This record gives sequence, C-alpha cells and structure tokens, in this order.
Amino acid sequence: MSSIALLGALEIGLLFGLVALGVYLSFRVLQFPDLTVDGSFPLGAAVAATLIVHSVNPWLATLAAAAAGALAGLTTAWLHLRLGILHLLASILTMIALYSINLRIMGRPNIALLGEPTVLSPLQDGSIPSYVLTPLAFAVAVFALKWLLDRFLNAEVGLALRATGANPRMARAQGIRTERAILLGLALSNALVALAGALFAQSQGSADVTLGVGVIVVGLAAVIGGEALLNPRSVAWATTACIVGSLLYRLLVALALNVELFGLQAQDLNLLTAVLVASALALPRWRAGRSLRRNGPSDD
Amino acid sequence: MIDIRHLQVTFHPGTPLENPALRGIDLHIPSGQFLTVIGSNGAGKSTLLNALAGEAPISGGSIAFDGQDVTRWGVAQRAAAVARVFQDPLAGTCGELTVEENLALAAARGRRRSLRSACHRGLRAEFQARLAQLGLGLENRLADRMSLLSGGQRQAVSLLMATLRPMRILLLDEHTAALDPRMADRVLALTRTLVAERQLTALMVTHSLRQALDVGERTVMLHQGRVAFDIAGPERTRLDVPDLLRLFEDRAGETLADDALLLG
Repeated sequence: MSSIALLGALEIGLLFGLVALGVYLSFRVLQFPDLTVDGSFPLGAAVAATLIVHSVNPWLATLAAAAAGALAGLTTAWLHLRLGILHLLASILTMIALYSINLRIMGRPNIALLGEPTVLSPLQDGSIPSYVLTPLAFAVAVFALKWLLDRFLNAEVGLALRATGANPRMARAQGIRTERAILLGLALSNALVALAGALFAQSQGSADVTLGVGVIVVGLAAVIGGEALLNPRSVAWATTACIVGSLLYRLLVALALNVELFGLQAQDLNLLTAVLVASALALPRWRAGRSLRRNGPSDD
Repeated sequence: MIDIRHLQVTFHPGTPLENPALRGIDLHIPSGQFLTVIGSNGAGKSTLLNALAGEAPISGGSIAFDGQDVTRWGVAQRAAAVARVFQDPLAGTCGELTVEENLALAAARGRRRSLRSACHRGLRAEFQARLAQLGLGLENRLADRMSLLSGGQRQAVSLLMATLRPMRILLLDEHTAALDPRMADRVLALTRTLVAERQLTALMVTHSLRQALDVGERTVMLHQGRVAFDIAGPERTRLDVPDLLRLFEDRAGETLADDALLLG
C-alpha cells in the first residue's frame, strides 16, 4: 500500500471517527438505535456543498451543515417521542425523507466542489503536500471535538443523558426530563454526523446523494470494533475507542483492497464491512465461550 | 403536607384488562409524619406510591403537596419535592455509572443541570463524607461502577441519593424486601435516622406487619384499592401483630392468606 493510500485511509478514518462519535451517542449513551445517520451524513454534504457553490463562506456552510444534521436528529426524536413511533422505524422514516430532501437541497444528484474555496483550501498553499496536512488537520479537529464531547458527557447535562439511556425510570425519579435528553442527544449525534458529511464532501471534492448508503454500518463497525479492542470503562476511553475503531476499520479495508493476495475489489467493500461488524460483535461471545470452557461455568 | 382526595387509578381503562388499582383514596398526611402502608398483594400499595411520584395514570381525584395541586405533574417535575427508593436495588441506581456519578445525578435533582463538571472536587468530598456515615466502606469506592456493589450497598446508596437534596416527601417501596436480614436492618435503621434528622414526610410500603408497627407513627392498610384502616397514636401503640391481623380481617371481611404478611 502506498503512503498516499495510507494517508487517504487515515483521512477518511478520522472523518468517520466523527460519525462513530455520533453513533456512540445514540446507540450507546442513549441506547437509541438511530439510522437517521444514513440520511444526515449526505445531508451535511449537500448543505455544505450547495452553500459553497452559492459563494457562502465555507466555514459558515460547514456550520450550517451541522445545524441541518441537528434538525434531522430532532425530527427522529420528535417522531418517536410525540407520535409514539418505534425508535428504529422513526429513524428509518427520517432517513428515507432525507433522500428526497437532499436531492431538493442540491437540485441535482451531485455537486462538484473542484476549484471552490473550502475549509481545507488554506492547506493547499504550503510547501507540505495537502494529502499530509489534511489528515493532520482532521486529527486535530476530531480529537478537539472528542475532548469537548468527553467534557459534555461528564458534565451535569451529559450525565443526565447517560442516565436517560441506562435507566430512564431512575433518571425521571432524579428529576431528569428524559424526553428533552433524547431530543438533545439525537440532535448532537446527527450534528456530528452531518459535520463529518460536510467535511467529507470538501475533502473528496464533491457531494453525492448516495454518499449515505451504509454510513450507519461503518459507524457501528467503528464503535463496536473499538470497544472490542479497548474494552473501555470510561467515557474518555469509549470515545477514544470510537476513533481508533474507525481508523482501524479504514486501514483494514484499504489493506484488504490493496493487497492482491485476497483478490478483493472495491465492490466487495460492503460484504467486507458486514463480515467485520459481525466478527466484532461475535468477539465478546467467543471470548466468554473460551473462558467458560477453560474455567467451567460461572455464576453470571 | 400531602392531601390525597378521592384518588382513583385505573390501568388499561376501556379494555378487557381494565384494572381499578385505586378506587378512591382519601388521605391527609401532615408535614413530618412517617407513615407505613400495608396490604396484601394487589391492594394498591405500590400504585399509591407511584401515583404520588407521578408515575401512575390518575383517572380521578387529586393530589396536593403543601396546598399545591400536582395531580397533572410528571415524574421529573415532582422530583424537586419527592424522592424515592425502589424495591429493586437495580431500579434506583444506574449500574453502568460509577458511585459518584449516581450521587451526582441525585445532587442535581430538582434544579437546572448545567454544563459544569458533574463530579467536581468539592462535591466528591461531600459524597465521601456522606458515604462514610453509612459505615459500609463505600467512601473509598467512588470511582467503582454501581454494578459492582451488592444489593444492600446499592440500596443504602439509593437512600443516600434520595436525601442528598432538600425535599419534602420520601417514598419507600418495600426498600428492604430484597435484602438479607442483616442488611435490611441496617438500611431500615438508616432510614429512621434520615427521616428523623430531616423531619421528612415519609411513606413506607412494607410487607412486614412487625415493621409496619415498629417504624413510623401511623399505619394505613389498603385493601382492594381502598383504605381498610388508618391508625395512629396510642391506639396504634397498643397494637401487636395478631391484633393488626384481626383488625384487617374485621375490616376486609376475609382471612388473610398472604404468607409474606404473616411471616413478616
């Protein structure tokens, strides 16, 4: 694998680290299986790209993309909380609706950003090539956001979110308005995902309405893979695991596709992802089974 | 303090599963009174506590705290005035969070939650001091996950959580029933101390007639969603468990076939 391919994998891995943080927030913290992600990722890309080609400041466009993602998350939460629709179904409805909305926003299936100013443009002037600087800049941005998210989840409001996911009845008894917590959590989660979509469009040079296919699975692969690897016990470790999981996933994919030996091609990506997620999910069970055989049945 | 008028709670109204759990309860509980609630299974004891906490669907009547009608208030809204300890030690605490995080959740009950760190140093010192009072050695386990604690330890922490913030009403739903006898005694002693120290208005549901008479200053027996009897003062002091049983059989017009009540 060439160093450019490696750096490219890192760059995308870092961006999907943001997706993983969003998925961690919904799936793990709130225990709300939210598939909105598949719609909010291209939503972020669509909003940012459309605004940029309309000569809006790229930073503002990126911020607007995150806000649009938050709105998508609020919609899913509202469908679930106010209309009583099952959480999984509510998120699928938002996701499907977003496909049309994304087409409406862009006015066409894709928008090219070649030659347009993006938040990454300043990185292209220096003596260091942008394929080195971009992943570095993303690393700084992603870890800064991770740090903020850690702070948030350890603050009073964030702790209320965690209690809402872990034990809603107890949370309410402690005066936590669990509905508000779910609204806030899903808004934040999808804002992170849309932000990743906006940055993805700018680093790849285009936004496409089909960008979102399978984003949720990749996000889950990162969350679950990271957990299987690091076995996190604190919020800071769990969010680190998300990013590590995402990077590792991209590296594995890049490796599998680049090494001739396996004979894998780009179209095998989704199959590969499914196999990776399934293995990561099976790992704890497999470990437990192994220790069971070694030590005999335990009480728990 | 607590004014309950003609309170009715019906589960699944208008369906074949319709179940009138409370059929018109009238209770006035003055401030600072410790009341025990007994009754056979399905009498409506837990439903009464749930209705006070805001968890049960109230279909008729009203509840007021200090003259303020709270009948339509949700659980979170009432949490500033009401704290509770559940029967199941797993229900009242978050197993996935640490001991100090659980305490921090309770330390913010009834006020706006901020973006400040939930477990800052000052709070941690206070938690440690409070945990030390329990005498269970939990003051050194602030960073441990709640799920690592025993049921009794979790229940003791639940009780501590309930009393961390100023509140007026303490609801205890058979909170010692799931514990071993020694731990149950310990948690009960702690309960009495806390209620007395803070002069709380407390309702304790219990399955044990012994406990119902020994603890608190008033005993209410529910039967089929109604108050079967309500005794306090010298009349109650004179009673023993067999008297209480006889009293119940008189009022309910049937013999008590609940082993748990008899054995308690």
